[in-house]
Amino acid sequence: MARITMREAISKALWEEMERDERVFIQGEEVGVWGGTYAVTKGFYDHFGKKRVRDTPIAEAAIVGSAIGAALTGLRPVAELMTINFAFVAMDHIVNEAAKLHYMFGGQFKLPLVIRAVSGGGRQLGATHSQTPDAIFAHFPGLKVVSPGTPADAKGLLKAAIRSDDPVLFIENATLYQTKGEVPDDEDYLEPLGKSKVQREGDDVTIVAYSKMVPAALKAAEMLSEDGIESQVIDLRSLRPLDMDPIIDSFKKTNRAVIAEEGWRSYGVGSEVSARIYELAFDYVDAPVKRVAQAEVPLPYNATLEQMALPQVEDIYHAAKEVIHG
Amino acid sequence: MKKEEYLDLYQEMVVIRRLEERAAELYQQGKIGGFLHLYIGQEAVSAGISSVRQPQDRLITAYRDHGWALSAGIDAKTIMAELLGKKDGCSLGKGGSMHMADTEKNFWGGHAIVGAHIPIAAGLALGDVYQGNNDAVTICMFGDGATNIGFFHEGLNLSKVWNLPVLWVCENNQYGMGTAVDRASAVSEIRQKAEGYGMPNERIEGMDVMHVRTEVDRILKKIRKDGGPYMLEIMTYRYSGHSMGDPERYRDKEEVKRWEEEDPIGIFRKYLVGNEIATEDELDQQDAEAENVVEEAVAFAEASPEPTVEDLFEDIYVEPTPVEYRGYALENESEGR
Repeated sequence: MARITMREAISKALWEEMERDERVFIQGEEVGVWGGTYAVTKGFYDHFGKKRVRDTPIAEAAIVGSAIGAALTGLRPVAELMTINFAFVAMDHIVNEAAKLHYMFGGQFKLPLVIRAVSGGGRQLGATHSQTPDAIFAHFPGLKVVSPGTPADAKGLLKAAIRSDDPVLFIENATLYQTKGEVPDDEDYLEPLGKSKVQREGDDVTIVAYSKMVPAALKAAEMLSEDGIESQVIDLRSLRPLDMDPIIDSFKKTNRAVIAEEGWRSYGVGSEVSARIYELAFDYVDAPVKRVAQAEVPLPYNATLEQMALPQVEDIYHAAKEVIHG
Repeated sequence: MKKEEYLDLYQEMVVIRRLEERAAELYQQGKIGGFLHLYIGQEAVSAGISSVRQPQDRLITAYRDHGWALSAGIDAKTIMAELLGKKDGCSLGKGGSMHMADTEKNFWGGHAIVGAHIPIAAGLALGDVYQGNNDAVTICMFGDGATNIGFFHEGLNLSKVWNLPVLWVCENNQYGMGTAVDRASAVSEIRQKAEGYGMPNERIEGMDVMHVRTEVDRILKKIRKDGGPYMLEIMTYRYSGHSMGDPERYRDKEEVKRWEEEDPIGIFRKYLVGNEIATEDELDQQDAEAENVVEEAVAFAEASPEPTVEDLFEDIYVEPTPVEYRGYALENESEGR
């Protein structure tokens, strides 16, 4: 175990997998000579060389499309999109090609492909560069969508994604890159794709979160604990496949749930999870499920307005109080 | 070329023609669903290119893919079964007309989003370069209409920047659906677009299979020797509408007739007889055999079973993954394969 940042955990996962398997390579804008716009691939170009650390033109359809082609030949590309907002210009290749080729050709095509992208707001980048559109990508069968909330999961899940034979969209959050945590040193440390994880035990309320909302939910849980309320915090980690088992187990005990996401509420992750709670555990419902999410506005540049729109620890805290006290 | 090879090439073109004609009938009978884009008139392109393509050369094309599937070596039976959506189809009945492939024959589909396969083709070539398959060329086919979409420009640019061995081939059949080339493209000679990427290029006629064969053979050898991408524009013509629902208001019947007089099968027939490679009788015999191949394919496809509910959930992912059906988790995980 070592206490490292989420950025270091992601970097280590990439480094170790590239050392382990010659077929793994990375490509994207400024991943090479520059060292990655978020410095995740710093030092990679010098160590692995230009064949395996490939700077690309600013052309996302070419980045994802050519990664798909390379994956079809048996390589294991990790394509980096500088931010998930640029995934929209590669949307066809993500949802129409990566998600469908295996099924559509009767299982002949295999795509051991990872697409890394940075999601989330809070850095005053304005409406087009601050979105959290994760749920959109989780809509499509055939794609796996993973988003870690802790440094350890970032390493274990990214390594598992690279070793997976399925296409995985791996969503990171830039405001979590400096978060520190204990991360196993083991080069074969893997976390399973498609499994939620209990991050905190509690009997009074279930708080479901992922990515940036995991540390927020854990902070809210500490505040609630001071009020005598014990929260069970469940980290989705994977949006597709969606593992409801730990959530339903928890809900049957707490009978109350709050779902926190950074993206918009409408048609979002909270919508899906709460619908499933009602479908799978209706008899256990003691209070309406609460969703904590971003205000439904294009995110503004102004720092005060931006923070007003983004979900905060206090929102989770108050939502939990409401599901308990009405 | 040996006599056998000439006859095989001729029969291949006739099988494509007959298979497409039968597909049109089956479509009208309601046995083939969805869209159906026929390759009639363009046979010399797929047959000519495929006759010089080497096994290590990857082939990828757009949605007008039945002719390519046949030329790539997929059995007419599994092509017809795919058209009928049956379990024995080359994509297990899940792909349909626009999504045929056989990776063992290095044929990578069959892609229905216009131009989307172009960056994928660059990636196939990257895969070969990366793995040291230095003798392989990726052959990427697309229509004239696909050269106006961004994917085309991103793909061509990347192939040049990374010096990837791709033969980009525009099958210029002169209409993107119902829009003539000069109504949609800033340049009517499509090959000129490669100039913007510093890529060698040329335009050739595509109705004479021997001509296509000779020219493509020369270019493939050049790519194998020099590396890097190359763009070829092949002038051809589809006799049928864009798809089965095409009212064809955009061209007059005289134009279609003029092209039919330059029919690729007729041209090749004249060549074979004129050069005393084969007699009219021998070619009639090939026609009859082609007829049989297609009729057997139809019989096979009609007899092939329908896919089942188990097939519905097969191959969503490679790895075992929980599946749901109508809101309920299924007991068995998708097996993957």
